[in-house]
Amino acid sequence: MPHNGLIRFIAPVGSVGGGISADALAEALVQPTDFIACDAGTTDAGPFSLGMGVPAFPREAVKRDLSLMLRAARKANIPVIVGSAGTAGGDVHVDGVLEIVREIVAEHKLKLRTAVIYSEQDKTYLKNLLKQSRIVPLSPALPISDNVIDRSSRIVGMMGVEPLQQAIADGADFILAGRCSDSALFAAIPVMRGFPPGLAWHAGKVSECGTLVCETLGKGVISTTVSHDQITIRPYGDGLRCTPQSVAAHGLYENADPFQHRECSGTLDLTNATFEAIDDVTVRIRGTEFFAEPVYTVKLEGAESVGYQSIIIGGIRDPYVIRQLDSWLGSVRNYIDDMVARVLADKADKSSYSLVFHTYGINGVMGKLEPEVKNLPHEVGIVLEATAPTQDMAHKLAELSRQPLLHYPIKEWSGSITAFACLHNPAVIDRGPVYRFNLNHVAVPSTPLEMFRTHFIDLCASGKSWS
Amino acid sequence: MVLADIANLIRSKNAGPFTLTFDIMFADFASYRRVKDSGALNPAAFAKLYRCPVEKVRFFECENALAFKFSIPRPLTQGELGDGDTHGGQQFIPLMNVEIP
Repeated sequence: MPHNGLIRFIAPVGSVGGGISADALAEALVQPTDFIACDAGTTDAGPFSLGMGVPAFPREAVKRDLSLMLRAARKANIPVIVGSAGTAGGDVHVDGVLEIVREIVAEHKLKLRTAVIYSEQDKTYLKNLLKQSRIVPLSPALPISDNVIDRSSRIVGMMGVEPLQQAIADGADFILAGRCSDSALFAAIPVMRGFPPGLAWHAGKVSECGTLVCETLGKGVISTTVSHDQITIRPYGDGLRCTPQSVAAHGLYENADPFQHRECSGTLDLTNATFEAIDDVTVRIRGTEFFAEPVYTVKLEGAESVGYQSIIIGGIRDPYVIRQLDSWLGSVRNYIDDMVARVLADKADKSSYSLVFHTYGINGVMGKLEPEVKNLPHEVGIVLEATAPTQDMAHKLAELSRQPLLHYPIKEWSGSITAFACLHNPAVIDRGPVYRFNLNHVAVPSTPLEMFRTHFIDLCASGKSWS
Repeated sequence: MVLADIANLIRSKNAGPFTLTFDIMFADFASYRRVKDSGALNPAAFAKLYRCPVEKVRFFECENALAFKFSIPRPLTQGELGDGDTHGGQQFIPLMNVEIP
């Protein structure tokens, strides 16, 4: 629905499941709108979602937001684009969200020509790319080998605009995409309709977090209009304002570089962008550029198992222990290691498990970056994390750790001490599997589409295809 | 005066799993300018504060956002065993007490 050389889209919420304001969405949709887009994922939640294949948002919250978006969009006859489905965008995440969409379609008697775009990567394909030196490390460089690829639970590629554009060209009402650049969800249609790529991508960049681009975060939706020489962005929702500073500042959020943003096909460059107020709530952006890169790259995200974890939470109040905490915990650790060697020798050598003491009150939050380690507190919180190849092993490690934590002696007191206040009984909490990010690389595919698989499904109320 | 008295927001956050980024923001141009002119915020000062190599510190002055930005590699990858701040949100505190002459 192009009108007067403009394209207008709505970003209803920063992340599917975040809680769309239905009133603000309805108010924003009174004006002609070309599409709705929203991201549903992030690495910010940590590696567990990708590794384990589970979402980080409650299903009910995701269903509510998807339902609001899809019903509003069908009424207005405009497409909806959702990317990074199910937090991590793996195939299992996409399929989980697709199941929710099927329920919504059935409950609200919708008809939805759905393009499902999978972004999980075939390991043989990646190993072939690696062989051809078409997997390139980013900084900081992590090791990469066939082995790293094989032991990953899951690897996804972050798609650009091209697979989305193909799906729109093929008539999708709804795109459910795996891992995807957040900005690409919003830039895909404007770029394909010939709007300047700098403005199209920047419009996506400032809109993708929803009302986080406003002066103060609140309940509402973002409406963004792109023309051939400017972007205008405004919120709908009580008390919300976009100001030149708030919109400019959004370029900083969660980005290492506030001016240059690398996408698959090029670099969004905000160096010459200008921001000015049109009215109390609306900001105009001009001058943003986009420079096509000679090599098309797709960012990879991978997670691998670290094992299973059990923890003990407790605290120390004794000033004699606190003033020698480092060396005391060192002795406790040695004692545990010796016990493990004696008791579990056939099951665990020292290299197969890990014990981490988080010392809250000393440096539990900042770790190595903490500058104020000399000011001793009157109380220290301790979380012991025991990580091992099996849950059973991790549990036993933590169990073996309890006694030395309780009773390891100090020279200031004679006789038996109890130095550690356990929070729980039983003291050991099993945390289940633990994952780590294991890739910081880009892949160089032959075409922008080859890493992504698009399936069209015509969803309708009967639950079956109508075509 | 220290930076926390002048800035209206000092924050830290992950920029992806491998990078920590720090934003220092101001309510008005005069405050931004005052800190900029003081020269107190620079890669060497940040490197000292966070005990990391100066060549790893990226520093940006973002005048239209009335903000300064630092980015450094995370000491531990997000979620790595031992990482105590998954989102990186509580790493900015040493910046609060930077003296602004």
